[in-house]
Amino acid sequence: MEWSWTVAADVFPRLMAGLLVTVEATIVGAVLAYVLGLGLAILKLSQSRPVRFIFYWMSEFIRRTPLLVQLYFLFYVLPDLGLFLAPFVAGVLGLGLHFSTYTSEVFRAGIENVPRGQWEAARSLNYNAFQTWTRVVLPQAIPPMIPPLANYLITMFKETPLLAAITVVELFNAANIYSNSYYKYLEPMTLVGALFLLVSIPSAYAAMRLERKYARRH
Amino acid sequence: MEVILEFTPLLAKGTWMTIKLTVVSAIIALVISFIVGLARLSTSRVVRILATVYLEFFRGTSALVQMFFMFYVLPLLGLSLSPFLAGVVACGFNLGSYGSEVVRGSVQAIGKGQREAAHSLNYTTWQRYRYVLVPQAVPMMIPPFGNLLIELMKLTAVTSLITIADLTFVAQIIRSQTALTLEPFLVILVIYFAIASVLVGFTNWLARSIARRRHIAPLQVH
Repeated sequence: MEWSWTVAADVFPRLMAGLLVTVEATIVGAVLAYVLGLGLAILKLSQSRPVRFIFYWMSEFIRRTPLLVQLYFLFYVLPDLGLFLAPFVAGVLGLGLHFSTYTSEVFRAGIENVPRGQWEAARSLNYNAFQTWTRVVLPQAIPPMIPPLANYLITMFKETPLLAAITVVELFNAANIYSNSYYKYLEPMTLVGALFLLVSIPSAYAAMRLERKYARRH
Repeated sequence: MEVILEFTPLLAKGTWMTIKLTVVSAIIALVISFIVGLARLSTSRVVRILATVYLEFFRGTSALVQMFFMFYVLPLLGLSLSPFLAGVVACGFNLGSYGSEVVRGSVQAIGKGQREAAHSLNYTTWQRYRYVLVPQAVPMMIPPFGNLLIELMKLTAVTSLITIADLTFVAQIIRSQTALTLEPFLVILVIYFAIASVLVGFTNWLARSIARRRHIAPLQVH
């Protein structure tokens, strides 16, 4: 099997279009994961025992089952219940929901790691709940959360090929469709791997730099 | 729901396949974790670079892409793998890269004093790792390995895309034969959850039993 530059050049524009969809799915999915994760973290820290119990196990259920099956669930089951989602929407919803269970742990740990004394200090200064959160707790809780949240962004980027299984034409699917129509497998799949490395290795080093930066502060 | 009961034998087969995929690829991942993780600590520059290239390659690309590469591209290069082999190799190699970081991190976390003690006893490198560093690092590895085991189990669902008849594949068969959607996917989600919960229980049991034998406090997987 010889590497053909003609094939590589032919497939490349399609891969770039796919990469754009991959990046879009990653960003939208990550925003969802961060927002849902924060909500989930607050619910897991609730004063009410039943609320804590329900959301802990709901989150464990999502975390312990495969994203691929969850995507199928959103894609095949919801239309039967009368809710039609475009493949891209179902995909980012699945990504966001799945990874919100991971990010919720980051948020929970970040909030819990703010020492008790800080809460008490805010109380003794007669701060209200809003002031306590915005002036005392969050400024201390957020910086250590940034590196793990950035790492989950990279993880989500690498999970986006699963969206191909529900017909989203992202980077991997663009290559796969090309491969199946022209019976050329070597070039498209190799280029997909190379493009993934091209994005994820620099991102991983950037995340490591973030980690060092925020580690130094503490 | 009664319709699903007719598919019990098929679901049982799928469950067994998922378990087999998980166990075999976990063994591959464990072996690779130690080889690559310790190679990253090697004094030889070449060994370190090779291990880093492995790590960055398998951690930097998507598991699905690796699996398709092994299943569709390797045969063109003259290496044909059966679907099962391509599946477990891809899962094992992928998670092995994450596991190698666990091994490296845990061994590096052992205090300087222990290394110096091994040196002062005139231990060889092998003895230092075999009798001093690795035994102390293992309890630290259990919780992160437990989390990776869950990730690995979930990753086996992706092997359904290279024609392996695991749980996910079985759900798709049921869907196409009965036009039911909610039932097959709900049933396999529950089975996956049950398998994962057994794995969490196993990891916690392992952490406790190692801790008891070593007389140290166990680290739990939440």
